[in-house]
Amino acid sequence: MKFGVVVFPGSNCDHDAFHAIGHVLQKPVEFIWHQSEDLRGCDAIILPGGFSYGDYLRTGAIARFSPVMNSVEKFAKSGGLVLGICNGFQILCEAGLLPGAMMRNAGLRFICRHVHIRVEQTDSPFTCAAKKGQILRIPIAHSDGNYNCDAATLAELEKNRQILFRYTTPDGLNDTAGNPNGSMANIAGICSRERNVAGLMPHPERAMEGVLDSEDGVVVFRSMVEALAGVAKAMA
Amino acid sequence: MATAQTEIKVTLEIAAEHGITREEYARIQKILKRDPNITELGIFSVMWSEHCSYKSSKVHLKRLPTRGKLVVQGPGENAGVVDIGEGLVAAFKIESHNHPSFVEPFQGATTGVGGILRDIFTMGARPIAVMDSLRFGEISRSGEPTTRPRGNAEAFGAHVTTEEEAAKNRRILDGVIRGVGSYGNCFGVPTVGGEVAFEPCYSQNPLVNALALGIARKEDLFFAKAKGTGNPVIYVGAKTGRDGIHGASLLASAEFTEESQQKRPNVQVGDPFMEKLLLEACLEAMKTGAVVAIQDMGAAGLTCSTCEMASRGATGIEIDLAKVPQRETGMSPYEIMLSESQERMLLVAERGREQEVLAVFKKWGLDATVVGEVKDGGLLVVKDHGAVVAQIPAHPLAEEGPVYNRPIAEPKPRKESELDWFHFATEGAELTENLKKLLASPTIASKRWITEQYDTMVRTNTLAGPGASDAAVVRIKETKRALALATDGNGRWTFLNPKAGAMHAVAEAARNVAASGARPIAATNCLNFGSPEKPEVMWQFSQAIDGLGEACVALGTPITGGNVSFYNETLRKSIYPTPVIGMLGILEDASKVLKVAFRKEGDVIVLLDGSTSSNAAHQAPPRAGKQREFSSSEYSKAIGGIVAGEPPAIELGAEKWVIDCLVSLAEAETLQSAHDVSDGGLAVTLAESCFAAVGLGANVAVPEDASAEYALFGERGARVVVSVSPEKLGALRTTARQYGVGAHEIGKVTGDNTLRIEYKGQAVISATVPALREAWACSLERVLFGK
Repeated sequence: MKFGVVVFPGSNCDHDAFHAIGHVLQKPVEFIWHQSEDLRGCDAIILPGGFSYGDYLRTGAIARFSPVMNSVEKFAKSGGLVLGICNGFQILCEAGLLPGAMMRNAGLRFICRHVHIRVEQTDSPFTCAAKKGQILRIPIAHSDGNYNCDAATLAELEKNRQILFRYTTPDGLNDTAGNPNGSMANIAGICSRERNVAGLMPHPERAMEGVLDSEDGVVVFRSMVEALAGVAKAMA
Repeated sequence: MATAQTEIKVTLEIAAEHGITREEYARIQKILKRDPNITELGIFSVMWSEHCSYKSSKVHLKRLPTRGKLVVQGPGENAGVVDIGEGLVAAFKIESHNHPSFVEPFQGATTGVGGILRDIFTMGARPIAVMDSLRFGEISRSGEPTTRPRGNAEAFGAHVTTEEEAAKNRRILDGVIRGVGSYGNCFGVPTVGGEVAFEPCYSQNPLVNALALGIARKEDLFFAKAKGTGNPVIYVGAKTGRDGIHGASLLASAEFTEESQQKRPNVQVGDPFMEKLLLEACLEAMKTGAVVAIQDMGAAGLTCSTCEMASRGATGIEIDLAKVPQRETGMSPYEIMLSESQERMLLVAERGREQEVLAVFKKWGLDATVVGEVKDGGLLVVKDHGAVVAQIPAHPLAEEGPVYNRPIAEPKPRKESELDWFHFATEGAELTENLKKLLASPTIASKRWITEQYDTMVRTNTLAGPGASDAAVVRIKETKRALALATDGNGRWTFLNPKAGAMHAVAEAARNVAASGARPIAATNCLNFGSPEKPEVMWQFSQAIDGLGEACVALGTPITGGNVSFYNETLRKSIYPTPVIGMLGILEDASKVLKVAFRKEGDVIVLLDGSTSSNAAHQAPPRAGKQREFSSSEYSKAIGGIVAGEPPAIELGAEKWVIDCLVSLAEAETLQSAHDVSDGGLAVTLAESCFAAVGLGANVAVPEDASAEYALFGERGARVVVSVSPEKLGALRTTARQYGVGAHEIGKVTGDNTLRIEYKGQAVISATVPALREAWACSLERVLFGK
């Protein structure tokens, strides 16, 4: 089992994802340079947070043309696990691997703080270790996390149970009040119809250790590890 | 294309327009043994500017302590460096970007952050944290005439802020905050804190002081010393444009070319994405072992980087401007040499290995070009397509600029009597209401609205972000250690007494670091003052330097670098002299970080007070003395509208004992929380420790003093509020006694979410924590958006 963290010019949460997987979870992980089309035999790919290409033009709009994205697309189409965090989520939307698009936060400001999200579905490789309805306290740090899509797409997302995480209040009772950026249907994270590609705006890699105020992000990576282990077991 | 500009005959008038005096011009002639041409004049003018040469401050800065056991590099390099153990060093420095931030708040602030980050990674250190010390004018108009500030006119106490002025200050604040955030967020370094204060004197002259901290392995440090004759000089990063050329007005008035006449804004434009690439590429290039020296191009751009590297390395440098990557066409040598385009670096590589270096920059998609080479003979030679356009001995240019011992005059004593001072309320004062007002005053109010616009967590090292602890604390992943950082500086106090104010700045910064559990080890300073041509300002400066020096010696925290910013003037007056101290501390065990939040119901609240120990020969001032001292407090300004008197007397011995005591208590894990007493006094400290907790309150009796107001809101230093579990109270007492620090048991942490403070057996403060928090938490947003 090996994770790959893609490094785009301007990625800045690449080391954090690397640390979360390699040092906290003690799983093999390596960096993949954006100009490489070789995914080096990785079983899961992380598109990390940051400001790829300075967020110029539109968040993620330039990064999607990096050579590595050809391989990531093929990898995703063949069922490989791809997780986009923050800027990674934006890149996945731009690349068409996830539906929808990001707008500026409703308040038009960058926001960095801990938010609460509810795990809506557990039948995905990114949430299988969580309990349905579990509330996670995880930080966000973005200017453009206001997820948007057309009504038909939203209906599809709902119908196919692709909405993995929704913003909510600490008690889980008022999603709108817990929504920091105005995202449609309080969406914090979604997965693809095939469930092997996911994106979320909050940063689980920043919530992996008690000293950093929350360990709630572990469940996302733990889910991926369990999903990969399950696949390996099934194949054995 | 040799340009016409070099043929312009330099006269004394043109020199004067460059800010070069007659004497300075004669000095240039002596160094060159001839008249300078226009390019050379431009080069001298920027290198000998106040900003680059420290000509008015040098004689005073010499009095600062700069050496210490842990100091690896003191002032004179791009940043100060200290040993932090386990083979690691920390590079850190604070710098001002005040004027640009007034002219164009967003870009001024971003480039301030960008510049200080480059100073850090130029040393080979990876930036791990940024802090900002900000000062703005008042953001709401002064109240109705009856409540208008009366106080001391000279102290801006009587200044009435109009709605128009307040609106302008709010716009500046917004732009600066967005700018600071935007650069750090994109670059990927956490902005972990700092402070923000408001005074009328910063109205047309905000202070934007940015501090950056980086770490490196000791053997991987880089210095800006050009060495090795024949080694190539390589230009990397952004292309050079016409931005930030200070001589633009001269060019226009001298009727040069059409293009030169266009007025260019003097504020540079920042590109954090470019800088992020530059960071990664520079650190990677340094690892090749082929880089000999490196310096960023900040103020005075190519001029400063070439002559300083040559001067430090006792060599010469020759460059050809035709090879410099340019963003615009037809730039003259003058413009290229003086451009302050951002995100550029100059480095010297080992001859024959330049390809290794160039390949790294190519990988990161950055321009990197050999523009010249290191030469013998100590000359800075600038060519344009092979023709010499400037030739100046590098060392005299960089190091032998004019030094002024400017006239110093102590200002006339302020006309001030007891009548101007704060009068303590005798009875009936609405102290709970006043506490709420104080908590809502912008300087004390929660800065959450600001700090949430900063990425405070990227790199996942932030153990204590803004407000969590008295200092920001970042861990060093490969070790057990963490570093703590705090910035402080009370301009009002430094105005009222420059020496004492400066000492307080050092003491408070050190106390804040110690209240996080870390031992303060070294400091960096940013000295924001008015015009050095005013003898009164130079007196303030000289006094402040004496204060800084004395305090840094007493607390064992040498100054490793920083910056001086003169000519901060507003409303036809100088700003409050504002020395800002950035203090660095080491926490040997990152798991022992102390935070401000109360932790558990039943914990004992103890006031540690260095001044009431057995060692201290502390003599409580008489009531009038307390009145005078209190008149300089935040409460006096916010509630009484009075700015007068003197800052509290400072006792460096008491400060040192409290600091050592805190570090020892943290090490032994005796404490549950720690929060120093500063702006707003004991009452605000207690309230903030409640705010940071969930569902906890405090029941406290404050010691009797001159008056309830003095006891609750007085700002005397050397005091820290700690909480401790009842079982560890004994251990705390023993340690406090060891360090000669008074440990006064003043109350208990309660579970009823209420803050209750008694004075002389009467409840003088009584309010629920949510009610107090409401006043404090959203005050900034209310003022800014009228919510």
